[in-house]
Amino acid sequence: MVRRLLIGAAVLFGLWVLDRGLTAGLNPYFYRILVLSGLNVMLALSLNLINGVTGQFSIGHAGFMAVGAYTSAAFTVYAAPRLAGGTPEGLLAALLFIPAIAIGGAAAAIAGFLVGLPSMRLRGDYLAIVTLGFGEIIRVAILNIDAVGGARGFAGIPQLTTFTWVGAGAVITYVVIRNLLRSYHGRALLAIREDEIAAEALGIPTTRYKVTAFVISAFFAGAAGALFSHYTYLHTNSFTFMKSIEVIVMVVLGGMGSLTGSILGATLLTALPEALRFASADRLIIYSALLIVLMIARPQGILGQREISFSRMFGRFRNPAPEARGTGVK
Amino acid sequence: MNHEGRHGGTAAAPGTAILALERVTCAFGGLKAVADLDLSLERGVLAGLIGPNGAGKTTVFNLVTGVYPPTAGRILLDGRSIRGLSTSRIAGRGVARTFQNPRLFAELTCFDNVRIACHLHCGATVADSVLRTPRSEKEEHELLERASGLLEAFGLSGYAQERARNLPYGDQRRLEIARALATEPKLLLLDEPAAGMNAQESIRLMHLIREIRDRYRLTVLLIEHDMRVVMGICERITVLDHGVKIAEGLPEAIRRNPKVIEAYLGEEA
Repeated sequence: MVRRLLIGAAVLFGLWVLDRGLTAGLNPYFYRILVLSGLNVMLALSLNLINGVTGQFSIGHAGFMAVGAYTSAAFTVYAAPRLAGGTPEGLLAALLFIPAIAIGGAAAAIAGFLVGLPSMRLRGDYLAIVTLGFGEIIRVAILNIDAVGGARGFAGIPQLTTFTWVGAGAVITYVVIRNLLRSYHGRALLAIREDEIAAEALGIPTTRYKVTAFVISAFFAGAAGALFSHYTYLHTNSFTFMKSIEVIVMVVLGGMGSLTGSILGATLLTALPEALRFASADRLIIYSALLIVLMIARPQGILGQREISFSRMFGRFRNPAPEARGTGVK
Repeated sequence: MNHEGRHGGTAAAPGTAILALERVTCAFGGLKAVADLDLSLERGVLAGLIGPNGAGKTTVFNLVTGVYPPTAGRILLDGRSIRGLSTSRIAGRGVARTFQNPRLFAELTCFDNVRIACHLHCGATVADSVLRTPRSEKEEHELLERASGLLEAFGLSGYAQERARNLPYGDQRRLEIARALATEPKLLLLDEPAAGMNAQESIRLMHLIREIRDRYRLTVLLIEHDMRVVMGICERITVLDHGVKIAEGLPEAIRRNPKVIEAYLGEEA
């Protein structure tokens, strides 16, 4: 336990140092791309839990992100000043940012539960349509709430998000989902993807697991939304159907069910449109063409179901843990 | 493997039926897939359920495992009704099954196929798993041993890290039985375990089924078309035709029953 806390602190410190270095040495444009990559990593990892691991098809991820973004922003703008007795500054602002992110994640998780429970009887296309509808309803509903800016966008949110926050968010998302997948819970999700009828016959309560996957996934999408809303101008236009599709493409491109694949896919697809800026007007065409070529060349995604594993790379130096050889997804 | 311990304590007096169907009917619209069926399985018996195609045999399995609710009648497991229980809850009460076409987790390893089936005996919460608490670590370690033990008992250790879909057909069927046993059932339902097997494989399978029944103290109900298998190992046989029970009894009696010959064997003559 102590060891884990130390590792956590070390990672956090490392991120902070890196952040300092990046802020000093990198122009703001690249810094921004890195932050957005981190957010997309969180989104892709969490969506992978539903679409890749559990084998369900959700296209409402932007909806969960929006719930998290607006709830946490509302907390920071309306509740935080009261708690702090004035506009919080410096360390206090940072400390109040933690509950803001947690509240954003929790609100999205509740939304995930509410959407998941009734719709888990549906499969494939039907589930996709329900989640699509949910995403749009959320967006339009927020558009009509004046307290969070409605169609004007939500202004006056302190810009608290830095690379350190996003990096920590991405690391936590990865570790939580990875640990889950290495447990019997995670394997139950895989079993549902492989054969739901067999899973149920072996005593796995499939509906409960699917809803759980939805809730966990929505939580991290909400947390990513919370970080997003404290980074850039907040408007419902950021959470359209296209955003959900973008995240799906990241998951599919990286490899369904592969966590490191999602990280790779998210980073690549955030950076690619920027790298193609030299082609100005043609870049969207090139971007799309690249995706098509990639999907023809590797329909299973870049990593398929495999994982990039450092412990395997260095595994020659020590005995591999028996469980590390177990699942296709780890 | 602690099969004896787990069920031994709760076992009812010997002689009571582990499974009882009382006037069970299952209708789909106007079609009665199973009609007024009475069926009772003594604890520890190795019983067969036979009948021509479409007789309603698999429907019986689906009723017992809660896939379909019966239209009428009662199903008792160890004397307790299973009405309203989901398939996974019924599995939790000690019923495991295999399927007519193996439903393995094709993309996962054989080891994981079996390990997943130990699910009923895990108690760690999602939070335990995410935080990798000692409880979860200990349990995962037990799963490793349990699953490798079962694979070894079935002679599948060599395939442990192989994806299930890469196995030869006969081995897939055996893996499916190993997976069903990982749930530590009291009652094992086998749906055409010998389908697609050659004579030699069928004989090996017969030995295997009898052996696991004895070793794990199971009650086995199997659906089978291969008469050699049915007559070879079943101690009791129930014959269905068009959803109705037409005969029941010892293999020799069934073999000579004119109704059975007419409905089932006579069909081919």
